[in-house]
Amino acid sequence: MTSRFFTWTLAAVLSVLLTGCGYNSFQTLDEQTKSAWSEVLNQYQRRADLVPNIVATVKGEAAFEQDTLTKVVEARAKATSIQVTPETLNDPAAFAKFQAAQGELGSALSRLMVVSERYPDLKANKGFSDLRVQLEGTENRITVARNRYIQSVQEYNVLARSFPNNLTAMIFSYKVKPTFAVANEAQIALPPVVDFNKK
Amino acid sequence: MTFCHLLLLRVSELAVKPIRMLFGLLLALWLPLVTLGALAQGVQPVPPLTAHVMDSTGTLSAPQQAALEAKLTAFEKARGAQVVMLMVATTQPEDIAAYAQRVGDNLKIGRKDVGDGLLLVVAKNDRRVRIETTKTLEGAIPDLAASQIIDDAITPRFKQGDYAGGLDAAADQIMARITGENLPAPAQAQNRRRGNAGFDWTNLAVFLFIAVPIGGRVLSSVLGRKLGSVATGGAVGVLAWLFTSSLLIGGVAAVAGLAFALVSSLGALGRGGMGGGGGGFGGGGGGFGGGGFRGGGGGGFSSGGGGNFGGGGASGGW
Repeated sequence: MTSRFFTWTLAAVLSVLLTGCGYNSFQTLDEQTKSAWSEVLNQYQRRADLVPNIVATVKGEAAFEQDTLTKVVEARAKATSIQVTPETLNDPAAFAKFQAAQGELGSALSRLMVVSERYPDLKANKGFSDLRVQLEGTENRITVARNRYIQSVQEYNVLARSFPNNLTAMIFSYKVKPTFAVANEAQIALPPVVDFNKK
Repeated sequence: MTFCHLLLLRVSELAVKPIRMLFGLLLALWLPLVTLGALAQGVQPVPPLTAHVMDSTGTLSAPQQAALEAKLTAFEKARGAQVVMLMVATTQPEDIAAYAQRVGDNLKIGRKDVGDGLLLVVAKNDRRVRIETTKTLEGAIPDLAASQIIDDAITPRFKQGDYAGGLDAAADQIMARITGENLPAPAQAQNRRRGNAGFDWTNLAVFLFIAVPIGGRVLSSVLGRKLGSVATGGAVGVLAWLFTSSLLIGGVAAVAGLAFALVSSLGALGRGGMGGGGGGFGGGGGGFGGGGFRGGGGGGFSSGGGGNFGGGGASGGW
């Protein structure tokens, strides 16, 4: 009867230790980053779904720059061809590849929008301006979703690296998660060049 | 401070208290620092949520502002959804979308548990306007609808300098769209419970799970079975009362602790701690249920804080 009592006490003490050492916090934050990541994917998907409509509308404009259009189509094909699994989150290389593909689609789309300014018919097209609004909203949502993912990853990584939870992380081999970086860091750091002679 | 850290670091309670006080002091210092930080970074500060219509540019006359305020307040009373309009001079250096997102994230406009809020930001000198919707209202006012409201109601009037008229027309269209959405009625939502107020109930339950069997045994052996059980029950009750600050829960926990201590000491004659474990958990459960009844939640406008802005909405200029 004493041994039974000790078994119970031991089980209870172990459960307290696991709760106390941040094991549960790891689970909570891990799920949080996963759901934040799903939201990022969700919004990227939303953008990818918009692209065929935009391309179809722009194609109606006979004289539209073919090069810009092809780039958007190619970038979309590339971005949607990358398989994203929950493991992507723990694999920095796959993560960077995915991010690069999405960044390419983003810049191809923004180029398309800039070029479309030159076509008055397209600007007057109601369908196209509606798609424009939707694309703008989607880009905003992507920004917000990425921001929230960055925050939740930060929370997770701080937990994983701070004492004494880093011991728990070591025992269960939880690694810090990759986060978004700006693709064109060097480009942003440059001051903008203002040249009125150019066109 | 969790149990594990205490075991690992053997931090005495004496050492913890000053640290906690320091932490509290830092927190108190941190809040104004956030505002200062916003200034230091050069971005526009987020104004505190004081009314449905906030105008820091002095564009709207007092009667205009009062009329709009009354309209939006009546709408919130009838429907629950919170529509907030904010007029600022400029959002520079930020884009209006980034600024509106930051305001939305800070103020979290919308009812708790429902999150039905909408923010309309006007940057007068930038000549930019943005409707920012929470995720709950993205269905009622999709981006296209928001863009339409801006194009139809706001920009034509703003172009003529009729700011109050533009905002009023926008309010009408926004309210018409939200009315079509099937949102919970306001009275119902206010009776809902709030989340646990920052207390870790699992830790309490686990604590009772261990402390009650051990304490019960010690007290029973010192004071005898009956007196020891009463003492255990009383101790559990007092603890539960202290933790939950609710007499009712304390009483329930005390009875549960007493019953379990009796069972436990009875069982000690025969079977050991098995029955005791279950009883201890029951005591913890009494405290656990208490989480739901705490905190009434301020009524009216301050009951917000549920809005989740996901970047939906549309911008426009005039």
